[in-house]
Amino acid sequence: MYPRPIPEDAKIQRALYVGGVTLVVALWLLPLLAVMLTSIRSNEELMAGNYWGWPQKFSLIENYTAVFEQTAMLRFFLNSLLITIPSVIGVLILSTLTGFVLSRYPFRGSNLIFALFVGGNFLPAQVMMIPVRDLMVRLGLYDTIYALIVFHIAFQTGFATLFMRNFIAALPGELFQAARAEGASPAQILRHVVVPLVRPALAALAILTFTFIWNDYFWAIVLTQSDAVKPVTAGLNNLRGEWTSAWNIVSAATIFVALPPVVMFFLMQKHFISGLTMGAVKG
Amino acid sequence: MPGFWRRNRHWLTPALFLAPGLILFSLVILAASVETVWISLHEWDGIGAKTWVGLANYAELADDPQFYVSLKNNVIWLLIFMLAPPIGLALALIVNQQIGGMRILKSLFFVPLVLATVTVGVVFGWVYDPTYGLLQLIFGLFGGTAPALLSDENFATFAVAAAALWPQIAFCMVLFLAGLNNLNEDLIGAGRVDGARGWRMLRHVVLPQLSQVGFIAIAVTVIGALRSFDMVAVMTTGGPYGSSTVLAYQMYEESIFSYRFGYGAAIATVLFVIMISFIAWYLHGLIKAERSNA
Repeated sequence: MYPRPIPEDAKIQRALYVGGVTLVVALWLLPLLAVMLTSIRSNEELMAGNYWGWPQKFSLIENYTAVFEQTAMLRFFLNSLLITIPSVIGVLILSTLTGFVLSRYPFRGSNLIFALFVGGNFLPAQVMMIPVRDLMVRLGLYDTIYALIVFHIAFQTGFATLFMRNFIAALPGELFQAARAEGASPAQILRHVVVPLVRPALAALAILTFTFIWNDYFWAIVLTQSDAVKPVTAGLNNLRGEWTSAWNIVSAATIFVALPPVVMFFLMQKHFISGLTMGAVKG
Repeated sequence: MPGFWRRNRHWLTPALFLAPGLILFSLVILAASVETVWISLHEWDGIGAKTWVGLANYAELADDPQFYVSLKNNVIWLLIFMLAPPIGLALALIVNQQIGGMRILKSLFFVPLVLATVTVGVVFGWVYDPTYGLLQLIFGLFGGTAPALLSDENFATFAVAAAALWPQIAFCMVLFLAGLNNLNEDLIGAGRVDGARGWRMLRHVVLPQLSQVGFIAIAVTVIGALRSFDMVAVMTTGGPYGSSTVLAYQMYEESIFSYRFGYGAAIATVLFVIMISFIAWYLHGLIKAERSNA
């Protein structure tokens, strides 16, 4: 291990070390902590200029209720779920299929196709913005959640294919040879060999794509405009424009937007990290 | 027909499996990206007919001072973002200890990574708030006044890029932690026997083993800097007076707000060319690394 581990019997040193790192984390997250603190402050205190002192009164419930009742955040939140969940499912299905074929049925050009999936995934969104927007307008999907679902499935399939292809390629080859020797068709191999084995990869991929899609802002503002379909990210930015001086409400809404990915991350941390590093490291 | 299926299913089924993902990706992502190049040769308001103008959009771009502002700002983003890999590595080294409580601290470091860029934008908008923000609080402690970073032409880009650095550092940290977990223990041990420690150990034994992860961290960071859009849109909308635009944002503005889709497409194409050359370099590096591993 590097750096050299602090010996287990050096209790004081260990405690001091953890204390030091805790301090660094506190500084690291200070901006977020500030927003959390503001989200439980009352209007009166903000008016009086108490932005940083200890709150005299906790308005956690009032502020968050205000977010739900006086703003459209709940609607945006629901929209985000309606967009994100089907997109993630779509990505998982498509990429299991593409990853399976690209890893187990090499053909002439399969490497090129793989490179296209990988390369396309690195393109900045603006490069495809105009044609994609135009396509959605012509299909009559513009300003519906379907525009975002279709786009997110298409785009994330690039990264997800890279991910699934590498995972399936790393599975023991004997399994596939044995299945083929027994005369199993590709569809049977997919169902009885691949699907049961890729569950951990699918979990990692699900949490990653969930975060990517939930956090998307660019496509939200390019492909939607009405409040009825807007996801939370676009909603939050609008809210900030409307509630300029009500920092407590804006802060509460910010925390509300950040909550799902953060909770998902803490629940499935191992999958998230392994997914992120496998996607990047095994590239 | 069933005979045909049985004879050909060994390649037909895989082809059918590959088709939906490939077609969707080719159509929506790849074809669209190429179409942008085509649109950039036209004048188009987004609704009516396209008028062929050849390279006129590019000629205009070459004389557009705003384009050079964006280009310069992208370079500033790139330079500031280059701080992410070393800081990420430093944080990774700090938390790479197995002590009770370290795991949760590690996870807390990763939090900015899962936040939406809009969230990061709002959070840092609050930090930079000239009257009540965190920055003013810190300046106030020393009896000073914080500059209104986001409304100052000279500082806006630096302030936005610095805010975007936050999640980027966390990303690099994740990558380096994975790298540190895969270190070759024998080499470290041999280094220790030879009396290498601290900085010398890091430089001569650890860093060489992290070269692949480091390469990826740098590549991901460059791509992140070139892609920057959300933070600019949320924190400054390119202002004040267009001083903080980047290529991605200028492209969006020209298309969506000014209805100059041809011109926007030309900017996107420039971004495309920069990105493609970079992606090619990246993939080349990866393939080389994979070959040397095999």
